[in-house]
Amino acid sequence: MTLWFAVLATGIGCYALKYAGLAVPPQVLDRPRVRRYAELVPAALLSALVAVQAAASGQSLVVDVPRLAGLGAAVVALLLRAPFLAVLLVAAAVAAGLRAIGLG
Amino acid sequence: MRDGLGVGIAVGLSGLAFGAAAIAAGLNIAQASALSLLTFSGASQFALVGAVGAGGNLAVGVAGALLLGGRNTLYGLRLADLLRVRGARSVVVAQGVIDETTAVATAQPDREAARAGFVATFASIYVTWNLATLVGALGAARLGDPATFGLDAVVPAAFLALLWPRLRANASDRWIAVLAAGVAIAATPFLPSGVPVLLAAAVALGGALR
Repeated sequence: MTLWFAVLATGIGCYALKYAGLAVPPQVLDRPRVRRYAELVPAALLSALVAVQAAASGQSLVVDVPRLAGLGAAVVALLLRAPFLAVLLVAAAVAAGLRAIGLG
Repeated sequence: MRDGLGVGIAVGLSGLAFGAAAIAAGLNIAQASALSLLTFSGASQFALVGAVGAGGNLAVGVAGALLLGGRNTLYGLRLADLLRVRGARSVVVAQGVIDETTAVATAQPDREAARAGFVATFASIYVTWNLATLVGALGAARLGDPATFGLDAVVPAAFLALLWPRLRANASDRWIAVLAAGVAIAATPFLPSGVPVLLAAAVALGGALR
């Protein structure tokens, strides 16, 4: 699979999923299992993505101090109710700062 | 309406981080822009870019992006009743069915305000997100090693920020999140890149069927 194909498949697939929501009869949501699964999946996926992006490099687990510190700074920013972009900037600044002084 | 514009510009600017992360992962500028124009859903876009950056199987990366995109289907179900759009219009409206537009539209007191809020949020995020993606991608393409600028910390931070409201909202999401993170980490050394994340979705399925 080429990278372009992956980009187009993601784009078209995500659009189709949005359109399906507008077009499908709303009774589908009345099934409790469908609703519950749909509510839980984003939390599971996002959490797994945080964990893997923070602690993995390919197939090996790594402890990258600047990266983890950046994520820790993001947690502090979120606790302080910082807006989305500010959270990302804080994470990048802490990771970059620690690397600049020679950690990791 | 004003809510919509404010949210739109603030969220759209994080397209800068997406554009930069996409280049760091190995996409070119055209691919980063196409992904934002077509997908227009931050979590799915970061998921694909994360998989590409980790050198994983692209099909697995696409599957993760689509699973995350599945929540927009639910938003669509809710908005269909609220916005009452039909025919050719719904082809355009569909692209705007995302977290932020749903949040703004469903927070309005009546249908007219919901429509105005949806349109303002959709338009402002779409324009800002795509311009910011381009600027972020152009900037990162000139910068050199992305780790120097802490871009490797931006992707997990973005996922965490997207997850955060769900963690605050309810306990079952917190349990699923902890379990999913544990499963993904434990499976990482044994499975190809990207698959541990899908395994975590299977955990959620188990939680739902319980």
